[in-house]
Amino acid sequence: MKKRGSKTALTMSYPNWFYLPAVITFAIFFIWPTLSAFYYSLTRWTIFNATFIGIENYVQFLSDPMLSIGLKNTFIYGILTSGLKTILALPLAVLLTSGIRFKGFYRSLVFFPVLVSTIAVGITFSILMQPNQGLFNVILASVGLPRVDWLGNPKLALFSVIFVDVWKGIGIATVIFMAGILAIPQDYFDAVKLEGGFYIKFRHVIIPLVRNSTFTVILLSFIGGLRTFDLIWAMTGGGPGFASDVLTSIIYKQYQAGFYGLSTAGNVILFFMVTLLVFPLRSFFNSKEIEV
Amino acid sequence: MTGKKKSPSAIAANTIVFLLMIAVFVLPFLYIILMACKSAKESALMRFSLPETNLLFQNLGHVITFRDFEMFRALLNSTMLTVGAVTLVVIFGALFAFVAQRKNDRLAIIMMGLLVAGLMIPPSVVPTVSLLRTLGIYKTLHGMILIDVALFLPFATMIFRTAMTGIPRDLDEAAYIDGAGPLPIFFRVILPLLKPAIVTVVVTSSVNIFNDFVGPLYFLPGAKNVTAPLTLYNYISQFKTEWNLLFANVLVVSVIPLLIFIFFQRQLVSGMMGGAVKG
Repeated sequence: MKKRGSKTALTMSYPNWFYLPAVITFAIFFIWPTLSAFYYSLTRWTIFNATFIGIENYVQFLSDPMLSIGLKNTFIYGILTSGLKTILALPLAVLLTSGIRFKGFYRSLVFFPVLVSTIAVGITFSILMQPNQGLFNVILASVGLPRVDWLGNPKLALFSVIFVDVWKGIGIATVIFMAGILAIPQDYFDAVKLEGGFYIKFRHVIIPLVRNSTFTVILLSFIGGLRTFDLIWAMTGGGPGFASDVLTSIIYKQYQAGFYGLSTAGNVILFFMVTLLVFPLRSFFNSKEIEV
Repeated sequence: MTGKKKSPSAIAANTIVFLLMIAVFVLPFLYIILMACKSAKESALMRFSLPETNLLFQNLGHVITFRDFEMFRALLNSTMLTVGAVTLVVIFGALFAFVAQRKNDRLAIIMMGLLVAGLMIPPSVVPTVSLLRTLGIYKTLHGMILIDVALFLPFATMIFRTAMTGIPRDLDEAAYIDGAGPLPIFFRVILPLLKPAIVTVVVTSSVNIFNDFVGPLYFLPGAKNVTAPLTLYNYISQFKTEWNLLFANVLVVSVIPLLIFIFFQRQLVSGMMGGAVKG
């Protein structure tokens, strides 16, 4: 335990009621809904009453392909956005901490999409990806490549949204990596200076020493990816059909349709998905953390 | 880091980087602006081109006056929501982090753990709607504010707790010896020293709350409650063929987050980097 200092008689006490505003708000508006969701997910629930029906909602969720596709898509979305952001943001951060010109300008550019409403970004890109006149296809056609139906092709729609998600979110990942790189003591770079090349520096200094940042980026973007809603809703609405539906979009659709119990079961499934994937990943990362 | 010799290959590399950056991060925004300047007919062609005549101000005017100045109501609602929620997040989070970091006993650690779980666990939406109905604050701005406080507290508390480790305990004790009670110590000693962390929390949460779409979609429906991102959503159907107006709308709702960022930019980058390294 810590030493209490020499002024024992004068050591001040910190009042417990300082906890209360945060704890009360969090308990009522976050913990309570989270816990009550477990009960409501086992009911047929309308605005007026909830009838207990056991695990029927879950059975329906996992057996109906219209609903279970959300599980698969959510997983793909989480893995791919998190992986791509990590792979692309690290070199970008190396570039933006190097001696390159216009560094400050580039930093602002990369961070800019983070500030813009996701709905606005979604609308913009769905127009850029429009099959006939959209700019993406105009560019493809001008170099003689076939046009692509980015959002209308059921096999492709989810990946098109993932692409935009990476574009919008890469700024945060880059800032985290930049912080990690700037925190590496200069000695390490000096140590490999004689061995030369950029590759040595990147492979043997930067990659091992930004490990904590890498973990943060992977975790944050994975959690964000599993919980995503806005972008999918603005770009495809889960379509075509339900090809790009994720759990959150299904939760919303069932809510709109008045199936509150089913919607809440989706919420609980998402809860388990996040806890079962993220908590183990987090403790694994914690065990591998390094002191720079 | 490397020598700044201007070899031809370095110049070529610099140019390629510059062009790539512009293509990836500037052109989409330029496209938004160009579209917002066009006539409805011209914007329907979706070209990346200069407008025949610049109709930007006309389009902005149309977007702002649309539906009896709904845009003003939306911006006002979003601003009140943001200011209210962020103020409470900062005060509640800092009060909590102050005592939790100083005591660091089992109770503090357990509560901190619960809050951190809130960073990962997705909010349960329909039970929250039902809770708000029971409390009689469904479809109200203060109900939405309280939800946002609960959702953004975990991040704020984590940042503040990290920042508290950098504020020496001696300062509290010195103020205590001078006869200050816990509240004056908090407001006069601790809060001013938390400023960099506060900037980080204010910027990240205000941009996120201002741009939040999901929250108002579930908890704040109704025309009089419209918020800035919802105007976009509401207009998608109305402006189906009038892309120029939709993009003018994008410009209008992007101004405030941009201003927040520009205002705090310098302090933010250092604050965020400091937090990321330690946290």
